[in-house]
Amino acid sequence: MAAPESATARLARLLTMVPWLVNRQGIDIARAAAELGVSTDQVEADLALLFVCGTPGHLPDDLIEADWDGGRVFLRNADTIARPLRLGLDEATALIVGLRALAAVPGLDERDAVDRALAKLVDAAGDASEVSDRVKVALAAAVPSDTLSTARAAVAAHRRLHLSYVVASRDETTERDVDPMRVVSLDGNWYLEGWCHRAQDVRLFRLDRVASIETLDVDGTPPTGARPRDLDTDLFTAGPDDLRATLQLQPEAAWVVDYYPVESVERAADGTLTASIRAADLTWLRQLVWRLGGAARVLEPAELRDEVAAGAAAALASYDA
Amino acid sequence: MAQPSPAAKTERLLNLVICLLYTRQPLSKARIRDAVPQYGETASDEAFDRMFERDKDELRELGIPLRIEPIDSFFDDETGYRIDRREYALPEIAFEPDELAVLGLASRTWQQASLAGPAATALRKLEAAEVERDTESLVGLEPRVRTSEPAFNPVKDAALRRQAVSFTYRKAGGEATTRQLQPWTVTNWHGRWYVTGFDLDRQAPRVFRLSRIDGAVKRLGKPGAYDVPADHDPLTMIDGTDSRETMTATVLVRNGAGNTLRRRARQHTDEDGEFTRLTVDFGDTEVLADEIAGFGPAARAVEPPELVEAVLRRLRGSIERNGAA
Repeated sequence: MAAPESATARLARLLTMVPWLVNRQGIDIARAAAELGVSTDQVEADLALLFVCGTPGHLPDDLIEADWDGGRVFLRNADTIARPLRLGLDEATALIVGLRALAAVPGLDERDAVDRALAKLVDAAGDASEVSDRVKVALAAAVPSDTLSTARAAVAAHRRLHLSYVVASRDETTERDVDPMRVVSLDGNWYLEGWCHRAQDVRLFRLDRVASIETLDVDGTPPTGARPRDLDTDLFTAGPDDLRATLQLQPEAAWVVDYYPVESVERAADGTLTASIRAADLTWLRQLVWRLGGAARVLEPAELRDEVAAGAAAALASYDA
Repeated sequence: MAQPSPAAKTERLLNLVICLLYTRQPLSKARIRDAVPQYGETASDEAFDRMFERDKDELRELGIPLRIEPIDSFFDDETGYRIDRREYALPEIAFEPDELAVLGLASRTWQQASLAGPAATALRKLEAAEVERDTESLVGLEPRVRTSEPAFNPVKDAALRRQAVSFTYRKAGGEATTRQLQPWTVTNWHGRWYVTGFDLDRQAPRVFRLSRIDGAVKRLGKPGAYDVPADHDPLTMIDGTDSRETMTATVLVRNGAGNTLRRRARQHTDEDGEFTRLTVDFGDTEVLADEIAGFGPAARAVEPPELVEAVLRRLRGSIERNGAA
């Protein structure tokens, strides 16, 4: 559990909660707690505190009336604090930056709503809106807008999709039928998550690698057991069949350890790194070492090193032909 | 003196806020002491003064606009306090259901990031007036941002407040240096956070990856100490592809291979049954050379010559490093 809420943090929360409740007289206390992101006990404790606060004089008529008998919340005589406090800098920034990121999404059907909401919010936030320009989020743009909107429409309508999908790590284009679950933007890429009939499992498809997308006239409800992945733990969890390779990286290739899942890294005095890296197949590792040119040497497995050298020699020979 | 419980303090602060919002005239400290029951219970004038001064600062930190004004317009020697209701309150804004839906989406962008709390609070404030959100229309769309970098919060705060910072920065090669920076923007690009700004040591604009900042971020000087250039475009600075021209390459790829290239190619022509000749637009020779070299013997750059040279350099390097030792 987090640290106990400070007195001022609680005050800020109450000043937000009061207007919210005043406009929802008679709301079920459990529902209010859920929407306010606190426990029911907390809401009761908050109401009990409000009940003893009020305007100067503090006679019964001056106090806030809070009533939650029978599980329904009524809040009255709280006119002075019935309007929410203006948005703070972080609050305005979070929403404005989020909306601006959405506005840049190609082919978003809600573009008009985003623009309208943004205009109103910027107006309401005053100075904070200008400042919020100093935080920027660039969601992935490298997706054809029709791919994104087709995928979204299929999620909404529960239609099965047929994809031609490029698996870059194996350098293949594959054909798949997918029951779509959601469209997610994460770490700078858009993904379609869905039940893949070919893999018989939940898969994430990067939308910029979808070569073609077609909505099928078939119900696309995923099987009941299909669960979306927890994107916050790790998008690419290592599989039990993963291969392991050890690469020696020159300093100019040190970025590799920031970009790809590495199990261990050792840094030598001369700046070279020895990294143990996991991958689902060899094709991807070969690709990586070739593109790194002279900046990476495969220490293990030896077969991979030989394949890299032989493949590069074969490629080089084709230029002489 | 025993510290009052946090609940008692919240009660006192709330009564103070209500009292100062309620009054139309600025209230003297003495009147405030009478009006807020918890102040009346203080043991001495000094105890009350200390408590009130601290409370005042804490309300200001929450963004509550506390005014100090002369109580009597003819004699400005005695000052009082009040909160202007219009200054305090969020302006009345009416959002349409579809606007609230996208605001909800914008707020959820941060759900796994350090601004999750402020985003949720902001949404509750905007939704205070009873309006049903149109939740149906946005089913299935989830933009997400993560802020796993410990430096995110302090650097974001510094950029928002225009306050210089210093930090230890670890280069890709491992070498660590102390840098002093006037942050201009904090930008998420391709899923990574960067700070752009004016590097006080180098006396030039620079970009830093937040994940490479080690340890604490220290504030230097006062907020509002510098201006952000009006024409600053962080993406151009981070990407480094400022106004680069688009070029065209010809690449041969073996059948079934070079799929990412095929997908982007402007033109495909069959070449003797075994290869396809692709016409590909590109902006950066080195980036395209990486991709082509990655296909090994399955792809061959044909033109332009700089591209061919860049691919050959990679292939020769791979052989040198990975040939028989």
